[in-house]
Amino acid sequence: MGRGGARDGAAAAPPWHSLPDEVLEHAFSFLPAAADRGAAAAVCHGWLGAERRSRRRLAVANCYAAAPRDAVDRFPSVRAAEVKGKPHFADFGLVPPAWGAEAAPWVAAAADGWPLLEELSFKRMVVTDECLEMIASSFRNFQVLRLVSCEGFSTAGLAAITEGCRNLRELDLQENYIEDCSSHWLSYFPESFTSLETLNFSCLEGEVNFAVLERLVSRCRNLKTLKLNNAIPLDKVASLLRKAPQLVELGTGKFSAEYHSDLFAKLEAAFAGCKSLRRLSGAWDAVPDYLPAFYCVCEGLTSLNLSYATVRGPELIKFISRCKNLQQLWVMDLIEDHGLAVVAGSCSKLQELRVFPSDPFGAGQVLLTERGLVDVSASCPMLESVLYFCGQMTNEALITIAKNRPNFTCFRLCILEPRTPDYVTRESLDAGFSAIVESCKGLRRLSVSGLLTDLVFKSIGANGNCLEMLSIAFAGNSDLGLHYILSGCKTLKKLEIRDCPFGNKPLLANAAKLETMRSLWMSSCSLTLGACRQLAEKMPRLTVEIMNDPGRTCPVESLPDDSPVETLYVYRTIAGPRSDTPDYVQIV
Amino acid sequence: MAAAMSYVHADVENLKATELRLGLPGVEESDKMPSPPSTPRAGTKRALAGEHREVEPKAAPPAAKAQVVGWPPVRSYRKSCFQQASSKTKEAAPAPVVVKQEEAAVAAAPPAAAAAGGSLYVKVSMDGAPYLRKIDLKMYKGYRELREALEAMFLGFSGDAGSVNPSDFAVTYEDKDGDLMLVGDVPFG
Repeated sequence: MGRGGARDGAAAAPPWHSLPDEVLEHAFSFLPAAADRGAAAAVCHGWLGAERRSRRRLAVANCYAAAPRDAVDRFPSVRAAEVKGKPHFADFGLVPPAWGAEAAPWVAAAADGWPLLEELSFKRMVVTDECLEMIASSFRNFQVLRLVSCEGFSTAGLAAITEGCRNLRELDLQENYIEDCSSHWLSYFPESFTSLETLNFSCLEGEVNFAVLERLVSRCRNLKTLKLNNAIPLDKVASLLRKAPQLVELGTGKFSAEYHSDLFAKLEAAFAGCKSLRRLSGAWDAVPDYLPAFYCVCEGLTSLNLSYATVRGPELIKFISRCKNLQQLWVMDLIEDHGLAVVAGSCSKLQELRVFPSDPFGAGQVLLTERGLVDVSASCPMLESVLYFCGQMTNEALITIAKNRPNFTCFRLCILEPRTPDYVTRESLDAGFSAIVESCKGLRRLSVSGLLTDLVFKSIGANGNCLEMLSIAFAGNSDLGLHYILSGCKTLKKLEIRDCPFGNKPLLANAAKLETMRSLWMSSCSLTLGACRQLAEKMPRLTVEIMNDPGRTCPVESLPDDSPVETLYVYRTIAGPRSDTPDYVQIV
Repeated sequence: MAAAMSYVHADVENLKATELRLGLPGVEESDKMPSPPSTPRAGTKRALAGEHREVEPKAAPPAAKAQVVGWPPVRSYRKSCFQQASSKTKEAAPAPVVVKQEEAAVAAAPPAAAAAGGSLYVKVSMDGAPYLRKIDLKMYKGYRELREALEAMFLGFSGDAGSVNPSDFAVTYEDKDGDLMLVGDVPFG
């Protein structure tokens, strides 16, 4: 290992193993994908050193997999870091507050070891105002801040960023819970500041000083992405667009003004000037009469996010049907089957479709069935990613979809009522989902739902050879189901399971598998404490976290082996057990 | 909007008893979501309460669905956006005096015909309190007792405010039509 090709006797070229580091580092700079860089680093000691010293981008998929200081020491030249915290099911309320995933240790370590850091991205983490202040004061060339599904900060923290980051290019706030301290964070951008390219404050609840926003937009000539919050009324949106016709991505503010023809004309004119607009999203409690104002940009749109839009009916469908170049469509189930049929006929370049439930707990009055998905799958040859919430499904539909679209990479189907069978045959949906995994050989992400037995997992285990993430809920009948998954699915990274009758045996039998995965989540299954203890003992490089109801804080040492475990979260780590667990989390 | 989630200590059976339904009490809805066989879950299904003013979803057809925590898998952020939207549309004619300056205690109302037998637990929430409580309506003989019990339960949270005047609070409930009603109009029991 290490000695590459044989030396060419005639040439004076140095042998592979004595190439100077700068040459290696230059070569590695052409490997953008972290996986490729990781592979290069595994070749030999020399390459390991050269690679890690020159690594510019670092993605930490689990903030507890490594200690922040170790990460910073190992990769000293990092300019862009992304860190993710809480498990995915935290999005659905399954993780109580104060669980952990604090960004502070990462910010502190970065401030120490990466003074040249330019980009920082946090997802599902607790970010405090102090963190933001530290970011603003520690990195003189800080350019990009992206916070996704985070919490713990306020507009005061944002003010520190806008005031302190003189070279800021992107401030991207996606679906965070931000406390409104009424601090005029937007006003803290200096008048001389013009470098902004992305500004997304759509998740902010409070008011924004419009005059300040308008001046900011006017002077930032490179602004490409602007996503407004609900506090910006429709006529102001029009004014902003006139100031920034170069926008590529727009998130509209509140869209529910009553129809006025002069406002309509204003909007139409403003959009007509936006020749570069490609991505459109927004709050959209829209009056349908305004939709035609967008017609002039429809042709150019590649991405349309109507997933918060309560508008429905023919105007909605007419609008979408004009977006002939759409690649990504997020929409509510208010579009209904006939709307999706129109999409199928109009949007031949569609790659990603997401259909969200408008009334998740309601009586299912919406006319969206499996029919819509079948139509789109049949007619959109480039469709590869689907997230679909609906009330009913059949095996026949799934088999048809699988046959039409073997190119799926992401297939997530959520039938709203747990354990719903094929509504025609009353059978389980094993056959349908099996068809999906058998046909879609490149499937990387799968979520299953409806009535499912262990057999579907046999199929998934055997055929899911590229599967990286699998989500299971209210499915299976015995330990076998879990065993099939853990003993198959060679490339599985994340497995999340809830409310399935899976017990201890398959977990222990496949303990080694867990070290090849990033994490495993099991809640409301049939696990007991004894098995978790055994697992922890057998696998020292895993952290085994038990979560029981907050308020029940008896120490886990005192509980017997057969105590039930409500939630298990297991992940591999080189950092050892974390020290910031709340009372209701215990590490076994 | 803080992602405050409240956690309720209650038995699974009692949780069912307090669900708003239009069916006659005592009629057991067919169990659509049986618990996994061997999990004697000593804990509970945690009630997800984003806003204290949040109401149980109205079920127009007869069988109201029991809500399972975290299902369907819709992001908390998205759920709270829509609950805001739908609760705005429910702003009917304002009931007089219902919501006082600071706080109001809101109780989820049981079906009109009281359940036969034992206890009648309802969920009670107060604006600003970190978690909800449950009370057994059958324990109280009148509105005065009920109010006193609620005051005892909740006023502990107003610690910082010093002397909080109990009469700042109105006790309200939501009836089966989804209207916010002041407690005390209808004869107790």
